[in-house]
Amino acid sequence: MNRIALKMLFGDRGKYLGIITGITLASILMIQQPGMLVSIFTMTYSFITDVSLPNIWVMDAKVQQIDDSKPLLDTQLYRVRGVRGVEWAVPLYKGSQKVRLSNGETVMSNLLGLDDATLIGGPAVMIKGKLSDLRIPDSVIVDEAGANGRLAKPAAAPGEHATPLKVGDVLELNEKRALVVGIARAQKTFQSQPIIYTTYTRAKVYANSERKMLTYILVKAKDNEPRETIARRITQNTRLAAWTAEEFKKKSLNYMIYNTSIIINFGFVVLVGFVIGAAVTGQMFYNFTLDNLRYFAVFKAMGTTDQTLRRMILLQALLVGFVGYGIGAGAIALFAMIMGNSNGPSVNLSWQLLLTSGCAILLIVLMSALVCIRKVLKLEAAVVFKG
Amino acid sequence: MEQQQEVATRPIMTPNDPKDAAVLCRGITKSYGSGETQVKALRGVDLEVRPGELLMLVGPSGCGKTTLISVVAGILDQDEGECLLFGQNLSLLPQHERVRYRGEHIGFVFQAFNLIPSLTAAENAAIPLLINGIPMDEAVQKAALLLASVGLEGREHALPSQLSGGQQQRVAVARALVHSPRLVVCDEPTSALDQVTGIRVMEGLKKLAVNNDRALVIVTHDARIFSFADRIAHMNDGAIERIENNL
Repeated sequence: MNRIALKMLFGDRGKYLGIITGITLASILMIQQPGMLVSIFTMTYSFITDVSLPNIWVMDAKVQQIDDSKPLLDTQLYRVRGVRGVEWAVPLYKGSQKVRLSNGETVMSNLLGLDDATLIGGPAVMIKGKLSDLRIPDSVIVDEAGANGRLAKPAAAPGEHATPLKVGDVLELNEKRALVVGIARAQKTFQSQPIIYTTYTRAKVYANSERKMLTYILVKAKDNEPRETIARRITQNTRLAAWTAEEFKKKSLNYMIYNTSIIINFGFVVLVGFVIGAAVTGQMFYNFTLDNLRYFAVFKAMGTTDQTLRRMILLQALLVGFVGYGIGAGAIALFAMIMGNSNGPSVNLSWQLLLTSGCAILLIVLMSALVCIRKVLKLEAAVVFKG
Repeated sequence: MEQQQEVATRPIMTPNDPKDAAVLCRGITKSYGSGETQVKALRGVDLEVRPGELLMLVGPSGCGKTTLISVVAGILDQDEGECLLFGQNLSLLPQHERVRYRGEHIGFVFQAFNLIPSLTAAENAAIPLLINGIPMDEAVQKAALLLASVGLEGREHALPSQLSGGQQQRVAVARALVHSPRLVVCDEPTSALDQVTGIRVMEGLKKLAVNNDRALVIVTHDARIFSFADRIAHMNDGAIERIENNL
């Protein structure tokens, strides 16, 4: 009878496609929105993830998240270095600077000044050039997304395409010359601005209008003590905020969660997806069952057991759920692949997200099936004798 | 004429023991609703159908014919009385066993054919076998053979929408007989058909369905097919007024 149930389902092509469409749309909303939210959350602390070597971040006590720049005096670096448990500490500049393109347009970019001696805080993956090339005068390294996107050389004539920035090209950074010596891969940040790496000393030249330049002090804690203990000690000795990398990620994420309505907005869309999915799918599946009620009555009259009828309806519901969810998840995977190459937030497709959204779809189809099963089981088989 | 001769020469088993009857109903009552809106559909019906017999239930609309065959087929429970089907009182069986009994021993032909639109003729005819757990391929193969015997050879793969009304009813006849039931219940099998087609369907039904181990109960208004009956039970106002021997 399972094959009969499926043939009944496929036979009503309009309703079958309608139910599939409803589930697909619900799946898309329930996968894409949380996936994008997770992606945005990840972007809020992606820079901390990128700078992997140091394990404690020291900053002004008022700093609330990674993009909240409140520079320190350079002398603070020496105070941190003097704290017990600190193996080494290096400076890091992080700020926004203007890059002027050849057509006169300006693009705000994230300028990162790395410790001159160690270049700690630099990109983990170099696509072209070497990190050590930053020791060449006026040199900078640009992230791949920026080089191919907003910092690309503008088209020379209308209708032509912009040319990606390459090694050897020269940028005008805050009215100063910057020679591109490398292209690096960096995780997307929340601000989606191009990232330009240079040395700390040179960053001070590019950003010379600022009095204080030391945005972060990157610290490597000694292994003989918990890094949280050392971080608290730095705070105690210097009155600066010091957080382990994990703590700083959490702080940045919490800032995003509690100071924006992002969770509510995305959560609302997910809820709408669930409700619409449940309503559309439930309604269409119920209509499909109503249309076939006479045939279910025929089955009952002919001796089909309630268990078989339940199985037939469940099979129909699970199949449309599986197909609809598969199409929805596939569409989102494609979308994520396309968005992965852009500067904006992508969709973070984790197995947890797929499992959760899959369970939500399962819940929708099971609820629909239960309503239909109830209707069919309550059906009086004698209706088959009514013309 | 030829048909009537065939009917006259066929022996009908006359049971000595009431348990040998195909259908034996005594004092069946059935009401719908309650209080002032209560409708008495059956008022103490007695009925016996013998193996090998084709019995027609006739009477005006609303006289209780459909209710009676629903009770006989174990689809509806009577309020009072007893109805035995080949000696088996279905109302005493647990629900799941009653459903299984129906699936194994009763065939149905409906007024509106009730063929599943998305299934082929052979698949539709195979449904009772599938209900009884026969694998799809085997069931369809067996159904196709029966379709050939009702004159639908080569139409096994046709959908109901590609068949005429008469052909659809012949598929329904094949569906009613494919699992060799002991009782076939037909509800107005010819009312949606023209005279010639109706007669053809009845000829096929009588030829294939009636034998010494099986009984047919047909509810009909259609006087054109009365000649196919062995006996005709006239119903009125929830009771059988008289039974006419047609042999």
